[in-house]
Amino acid sequence: MTNAIECRSLTRTWPGNPPVEAVRGINLCVEQGSCFGVLGPNGAGKTTTIEICEGLVEATSGEALVLGRSWKTDGPAIREQIGISLQETRLSEKLTVLETLTLFRSFYSSGLEPDQAIEMVSLQEKQHARIRTLSGGQKQRVAVATALVGNPRLLFLDEPTTGLDPQSRREIWKIIADFRESGGTVLLTTHYMDEAERLCDRVAIFDHGQVLAEDSPRNLIRQLGAEHMVMFEVEGAQTPDPEFGAGLPGVISVRTESGTRCLSVSEVHVAVPALLAAIAEQNLRLTSLTTRQATLEDVFVHHAGRSLEDGSEEVKK
Amino acid sequence: MNSGILMHPLVQLFLARFREFLRTPEAVFWSYVFPLVMMVALGLAFRTGDVPPVNVAIAQGTAEDQLAKVLEQRGGFEIIRGSNDDCRTALRSGKADVIVQLSESDQPTRFQYDAARPGGRDARNAVNNALQAEAGRRDPLQTEDVTATEPGGRYIDFLVPGLIGMGLMGGGVWGVGYAIVDMRIRRVLRRMLGTPMKKHHFIAAMMASRLVFMIPEIIVILILGWLMFGVVSYGGYLAVAMIVVLGAVEFSCIGLIIASRARTLEAVAGLMNLTMVPMWVGSGIFFSSERFPDLVQPLIRLLPLTPVISSLRLVMQEAAGPADILPQLAIMAGWAVVTFLTAVRIFRWD
Ligand SMILES: Nc1ncnc2c1ncn2[C@@H]1O[C@H](COP(=O)(O)OP(=O)(O)OP(=O)(O)O)[C@@H](O)[C@H]1O
Ligand SMILES: [Mg+2]
Repeated sequence: MTNAIECRSLTRTWPGNPPVEAVRGINLCVEQGSCFGVLGPNGAGKTTTIEICEGLVEATSGEALVLGRSWKTDGPAIREQIGISLQETRLSEKLTVLETLTLFRSFYSSGLEPDQAIEMVSLQEKQHARIRTLSGGQKQRVAVATALVGNPRLLFLDEPTTGLDPQSRREIWKIIADFRESGGTVLLTTHYMDEAERLCDRVAIFDHGQVLAEDSPRNLIRQLGAEHMVMFEVEGAQTPDPEFGAGLPGVISVRTESGTRCLSVSEVHVAVPALLAAIAEQNLRLTSLTTRQATLEDVFVHHAGRSLEDGSEEVKK
Repeated sequence: MNSGILMHPLVQLFLARFREFLRTPEAVFWSYVFPLVMMVALGLAFRTGDVPPVNVAIAQGTAEDQLAKVLEQRGGFEIIRGSNDDCRTALRSGKADVIVQLSESDQPTRFQYDAARPGGRDARNAVNNALQAEAGRRDPLQTEDVTATEPGGRYIDFLVPGLIGMGLMGGGVWGVGYAIVDMRIRRVLRRMLGTPMKKHHFIAAMMASRLVFMIPEIIVILILGWLMFGVVSYGGYLAVAMIVVLGAVEFSCIGLIIASRARTLEAVAGLMNLTMVPMWVGSGIFFSSERFPDLVQPLIRLLPLTPVISSLRLVMQEAAGPADILPQLAIMAGWAVVTFLTAVRIFRWD
């Protein structure tokens, strides 16, 4: 079975002064029937990469094969089989949901009935409402429905849930899960680690136009060697030295995030008693202590050496 | 939902545009009501028929009252009286066409007027004739005045073709240009590019929807012009229809090329004004473009709007037939083809 998407050493340089190397040698392989997530901070090159795969942006070098075909020779055939939702599109406010989907359906030689697509995104009650009157989450579902109406084999979603409330995000997740159940392939980008962990079989972590790490969310976390995080703070003026905690049993690495000390640990039950003992020994007073499972966020920090929130600033430097 | 013709992308794109237009009341207002208001207002303002009175200001001097009485008796004068300053103000502001001043018996009667202003010299002559006749002048030649109130030769007959041309230009340039740039800004063009939609379907639908909006607009102008002012086409309506359809196509193509690359509404509005202002001024909407110097006449004849208006006037006022307006139709077709092909080549989807 051919892969749904294959990218080989893709690069893309945006002209400008200075030119921006948005994508710098990316290789991706998306298996048919899987959900592949592209994660990364602002400006990492996610949109540029996905739009190269969608045939909207031309790669400076390298090539993206989609459903076994090349954009150079088979553009129209690929477009018949993919559905896309751009990072930002404002559909015509004055058309109704049904009219919009009927319009998009007319572009495809085969596909769903428009009201089937509406049903897939649960907007039946709103089908005669003008787009202008919809909430942000409902508009986003219409955008996804326009991607589904051509009955695609491959769905591209660029930040489908950014800016939505948790309820709306879950609705989008459900649409994606349903689409996969029917055998479809999904390539999505996101800033949300939990979204990627939940939806994706494989995740590629992007930074500065390159892939830092790529694997299943589970493996990425496992490869940290530390599947748990222990976070603590000590009272006021007391600042333990930066390496405090590093040598303790079970602790893999240490960092400080806005006053909170974070320890990556392999075994919580070994590390915590040792930590408490060390704190008592130095006469420090704990003000908080929490533990959690490691997430993709920690994977990003591990590879990029900074947290996701700092990402955009880092890029500007 | 059945497929077939209704699900053809051309039909759907056309319907989408059509609905958007109908659901934008201000767009409907500007394209339908505005030209009508303009026609009615100008038609009434330049109504011919009863000859308007001559506005005369009588300056302070000798025998003012007698002068006023004489002019009143002769009729056809609207008299303004006041100090010399008041009179000059009246002349400056256009309330008076001429100032008359009668002086000492051995001094000449003085007329003061602006020779460059339409009506200034006429007013002077009218007052002069009245005073000369009163003083005993007898005209050796008998004359009779017949004013031009026949349909076909009035200002309104001249104006309606101009307004039709203006409507075609505004509708095509704004309707196509603005809508496309708006879709580019909203990234809908880019979104559509990601579907199997054919680009020429999109462009054809944009233009076709414009034609369908413009033709009723023109029909409304023609019907109202006929009902209110009796404006008719002496050359029949086949030639008018040919000009209107070709003109609508021509200006849709011009709208298309204006919008083909602009990425902001400011940019496209600037380009539209740059395109339309020379035609508003030069193509003879409100007054004959023959008034411009001979040197620029060849240029004016090549402006996209000039052949539309001049051929409409030939047909409607001078009863020309389709065969007589071929040169104008050729210029319009030329503009349409050249701008269309260029626009399609340079069109930007994002
Ligand atoms: N059309 C363009 N012209 C010039 N530069 C561009 C263009 N599109 C993107 N870039 C630049 O390329 C880089 C990568 O942009 P891209 O949109 O791919 O990032 P992203 O990962 O999608 O970010 P975000 O999370 O903010 O959407 C950025 O530095 C951006 O400024
Ligand atoms: Mg992006």
